[in-house]
Amino acid sequence: MKKKYSIFSLIKNAFSYHENWGKAWKDPNPKKEYDAVIVGGGGHGLATAYYLAKKHNMKNIAVVEKGWIGGGNTGRNTTIIRSNYLWDASAGLYNHALKIWESLSQELNYNVMFSQRGVMNLAHNLQDVRDLKRRTHANRLNGIDAVYLNTEEVKKFCPIINTSPDIRYPVLGGTLQRRAGTARHDAVAWGYARGADEMGVDIIQNCEVKGIKRNGDVVEGLETTKGFIKTKKIGVVAAGHSSVIANMAGLKLPLESKPLQALVSEPVKPIIDTVVMSNAVHAYVSQSDKGELVIGAGTDDYVSYSQKGSHDIVEGTLNAILELYPIFSRMRMLRQWGGIVDICPDASPIISKTSIKGLYFNCGWGTGGFKATPGSGDLFAHTIANDEPHKLNAAFNINRFVSGDLVDEHGAAAVAH
Amino acid sequence: MFIINCPYCGEREQSEFKAGGEAHIVRPKQPTELSDDEWAEYLFMRKNIKGIQFERWNHTHGCRKWFNMVRDTSNDEIKAVYKMGEKPPVE
Repeated sequence: MKKKYSIFSLIKNAFSYHENWGKAWKDPNPKKEYDAVIVGGGGHGLATAYYLAKKHNMKNIAVVEKGWIGGGNTGRNTTIIRSNYLWDASAGLYNHALKIWESLSQELNYNVMFSQRGVMNLAHNLQDVRDLKRRTHANRLNGIDAVYLNTEEVKKFCPIINTSPDIRYPVLGGTLQRRAGTARHDAVAWGYARGADEMGVDIIQNCEVKGIKRNGDVVEGLETTKGFIKTKKIGVVAAGHSSVIANMAGLKLPLESKPLQALVSEPVKPIIDTVVMSNAVHAYVSQSDKGELVIGAGTDDYVSYSQKGSHDIVEGTLNAILELYPIFSRMRMLRQWGGIVDICPDASPIISKTSIKGLYFNCGWGTGGFKATPGSGDLFAHTIANDEPHKLNAAFNINRFVSGDLVDEHGAAAVAH
Repeated sequence: MFIINCPYCGEREQSEFKAGGEAHIVRPKQPTELSDDEWAEYLFMRKNIKGIQFERWNHTHGCRKWFNMVRDTSNDEIKAVYKMGEKPPVE
């Protein structure tokens, strides 16, 4: 039983100069056999393991991660959390996640720093206005808090936005989801890892999957850099590398992996207390608790696994940011990076069984997976444990690309992908 | 960001180009006879290779012609560029 984190443990450990905190998770070698193995130790993978152990009583499970946990897209995103999606299926999925976020720190006994500071989406042309109004109505019918703001209300909510009518991207209005916000990305991975480890889940880092062994259409185990692991159930949560793992099993997925970039500025005093996203110009801004502006850019249009994007994408985003926030013109950027996002043709995820028994995929989150982390883990755990999807992720099956029953969130989901 | 050697215009910055996805996906000869599975395969399923990939590019801000490229997607190194209709180079 791990020691609970509290104000008292903080004070107690202060007396020993914080040098005697116990390890938050073990560093085990893989056992010969598990009831289930999760491939990918990001937020979604660790959450899946956590809920498998917690809600489905599967304790003999492992998470294998080729690098270190939370070192992929979990540590590379802009931490925006919202659920204002257009279609019913998406609204159900993302709002399920948002509800879990609201009590996650208490549940994990780990501060994920979830901050419901609101997310505002801007409209820059008449079509944006129509789309955003339509989405606001759809959101409210689905029980998701959403309001439409006119230009004056946008300015009032976030005074540093330039709402002058003669700028290149005039602000004609916007939507606001007040329950939306941000969370601390690393803490999400670490909190789930600590919780899963406590229930007996083996978290195995520096363990790359090299092959999937199958007998006909049934999985038998995984070849890894730490040897063969026997298992009847494999849950793949490998984000940008999902297609690589699928190829090992002889499957093809409807995914393309592309670089998505983000950057942070030097830290400054509090200047923007919400998250502002701009669909048409692909510029997202929020401010971290350290004071850095966190800026999200768009994806490149070519397939790449290099975790590097093109400079012109960043330049385009910063052009738009400076037009909308002239106050940032002297800010210097501190770091810039890229992550590899797996994008589905309909910009919705896949949380699904496959044609191979015991092989499950949770992928295709594209540019917006972080917000769904708790919900994704919960629903994927349900799918793996019961060999059947939960009603909230039934629409996100892999077969929708054959049936044509797509969940087309491209451009509809408050942000272009 | 990388430099692309357009087969018509020569070396230009990648920002002048638009990627057109996986190359050599042949449009079905008899679309009316395709099953749903075959349509899904043609429309949606992609190799999404980490490594050597054959793909289409368009020089949108230049000659506006389509051409093919062989590129290593793990480090963005371009191995070869060839015109539409030409046979892909063998390694």
